[in-house]
Amino acid sequence: MKSNLHMYVMAAPLLTAFLVNIFGRNNRKVIAPLVLGALGLSSLLAITVLKRTLMLGDLSYTAGAWTPPWGIELLVDPLSALMLLLISAVSFIATFAALPCVKRDLKDRQHIFFTLYLILITGLMGLVLTADAFNLYVMLEITSITTYGLIAMGRGRASLSSFNYIIMGSVAASFYLLGVGYLYLLTGTLNMADIARYLPALQGSAALATALAFILIGLWIKMAFFPLHGWLPRAYTDAPDGAGVLIAPLMTKVTIYLMVRLMLTFQSPTFSLISMDVRTLVIWAAAIGIVCASSLALAQRNLKQMLTYIIIAEVGYMVGGAWLANEQGMTGTLLHIVNDALMTLCLFLAAIAIAYRTGSLHFDHLKGLYQRMPWTMASFTVGAFAMIGVPPTCGFYSKWYLLLGGIEAGQWEFVVALIFSSLVNAVLFFRIIELAYFGSLQDSEHHAHASVQQHEAPWWILSPLALTAVLLIVVGLSTGPLVNNVIRLMVPVGF
Amino acid sequence: MRISVQETRDRIPQRDIILESTVRLMVPFIQLYGLYVIVHGHYSPGGGFQGGVVLGASVILFALAFGLPASKHYLSEGGDILLANAGALIYTGIATLCALLGGMFLDYSALAKILPIDPISWRSHGIFLVEVGVGMGVMAIMVSIYWDMASAGRLDEGL
Amino acid sequence: METILDHVIAKYNYWIYVVLMMIGFYAMIGKRNLVKKLLGMNIFQTAIILFFISSGAKKGGSIPILDKYAALQGQVDVNQVVNPLPHVLMLTAIVVGVSVTGVALAVMLRIYRKYGTLEEDEILHKIENE
Repeated sequence: MKSNLHMYVMAAPLLTAFLVNIFGRNNRKVIAPLVLGALGLSSLLAITVLKRTLMLGDLSYTAGAWTPPWGIELLVDPLSALMLLLISAVSFIATFAALPCVKRDLKDRQHIFFTLYLILITGLMGLVLTADAFNLYVMLEITSITTYGLIAMGRGRASLSSFNYIIMGSVAASFYLLGVGYLYLLTGTLNMADIARYLPALQGSAALATALAFILIGLWIKMAFFPLHGWLPRAYTDAPDGAGVLIAPLMTKVTIYLMVRLMLTFQSPTFSLISMDVRTLVIWAAAIGIVCASSLALAQRNLKQMLTYIIIAEVGYMVGGAWLANEQGMTGTLLHIVNDALMTLCLFLAAIAIAYRTGSLHFDHLKGLYQRMPWTMASFTVGAFAMIGVPPTCGFYSKWYLLLGGIEAGQWEFVVALIFSSLVNAVLFFRIIELAYFGSLQDSEHHAHASVQQHEAPWWILSPLALTAVLLIVVGLSTGPLVNNVIRLMVPVGF
Repeated sequence: MRISVQETRDRIPQRDIILESTVRLMVPFIQLYGLYVIVHGHYSPGGGFQGGVVLGASVILFALAFGLPASKHYLSEGGDILLANAGALIYTGIATLCALLGGMFLDYSALAKILPIDPISWRSHGIFLVEVGVGMGVMAIMVSIYWDMASAGRLDEGL
Repeated sequence: METILDHVIAKYNYWIYVVLMMIGFYAMIGKRNLVKKLLGMNIFQTAIILFFISSGAKKGGSIPILDKYAALQGQVDVNQVVNPLPHVLMLTAIVVGVSVTGVALAVMLRIYRKYGTLEEDEILHKIENE
């Protein structure tokens, strides 16, 4: 009797989405308990799934009790269990801040927002669990379509940014579908493990190279890998606050996880997705991407837009680390997926808190924030240190692994790009910290020097923010057990 | 030649006797055909999405001929949304029900505990049940898309 | 010269799909009107769907509707029957395409209501002058 636990993790948000749509239409008060209850249940079950997987081993689950490869297979191994826990935990924490922001911004469309929100979370969970190439496409599109809808609900030019994202995202998904079509023509099956069995025999064929190229480019557009990143800054900046805090930490990371999953599944002693000539190209592209994105982040005057360019640079880290083709690099990438989700969550929550109180995220409005919002800026500082890579926050450890991997593989451009990006991050964040700490107050004529009003962010944004900041340090300190017990199990021997 | 949205709204829709009689004859048959396609989905070509689109097309045809308020008289907005959510809930509800009864998700043979029919033929009937849910949902969504697009979001007067 | 023509004629269906894909892709990138971009996306996805379906076609194959009892007794020759799996997969892909089209049309309604035009350069002009 196979355990259904991971499916319950997925089914809870999905069922609640439709219940929210039916019942939230007339009675607004029922939305918050439903959403938080479902996501809380998912998080608790995800912890159980992770513990059970580490104890009992991988679980291959086929919906409908058909045997793979005829049935659609779902694979629960340590990495997917970890990602499942990450998605449910991050969405649970983000929902605390999203609920009031949505109540303020979208007063009479809350039930629609949360329907899309919960279906997005279901799609993300399905993405990390699936082991079937076509099912991946369906889940990818579920995630993308709900994201298009969520981003279009924002103010200002959000509809145009969402339309831009629709066009680029559909191109990406169509490329992925085309690649899967080529693979189906070549191997006759859609199950990823089954495809991996046929691949060594096909090595060197042009059709296989085309298939893998289409799949990779589709995924790269979705994860905003430089130079295919054009849609991301405007889409994430114009998204409504409640949506941005969920989409920004998770979407690109899950897509990077997909790329890593494909690389690991197709890896065998005789075939590797990473051939030497493509590898150098990709790492050069990653390095150039990191440098360009960090430089573009320096030019921004708006906090949220600066954070989106930092996201693009982080994607460059992870893609470069995965393609380094050694154990340190892959460990660094997988660890960085977890860490970057938490760091981005922390920084976006801080941005929401600042926007809530000061109304704008332009740098000129950040002056003197340390006196007015001490707890918010303290958590922001922890997040900033994590982005820069200061121990004991988690950001340091993943960057350390990536640096070691780069040095070991001899890819010095990647190492230089990493160090450059850390320095640029330091400049970026210390600039903000300096503005917020030493900048004069805006209405200083009205206040005496001593009595500075503390106008802290409300507790429902502050508590998830503080919790995430604490988590950054806790995850950083527990990197050892995390890497040894979970991540090292996933990287194949002799990689 | 640019026609403003306001001008199309000020035009009084004229009633056309040929269009109305023809559509009034055709819509029941189209709906019957849609139901036929849904019901035969698990056994032969057909299925939830295809039948749902045909059912939705029948309501859209009705809305085109008789005007959008007339179609909303027969299928109200709230009913439409309820249909859509109920369809999706039927699908996920049956999947979860199979899991709660001891099988895997979407393993319809576990439903033999509720209705004592042979588990193997339950797998066929289970497909039929979820196809009904899918058909309901798709019909409601097709109608909703048409209503939104034809009235530019206002749902008062269509094409 | 003959060999190129032979290549094209032998695989004429794939060439048609590639031409369709490129038309759709050009429309997505080259056109400035948002509706034309959306239709280009639709053409692109349709071409991919056709490509998938044609991968299951067989020369002289009959439709994949079988007599239940003949199939249970193993009297069905798989080589004579068109592969139905791509058809079923593409149903899902069509549904996905319809959903994206629906969402894109709704987003375009919002853009039109806010900016009064659906031409991309006019919209950007209005945004810059805001």
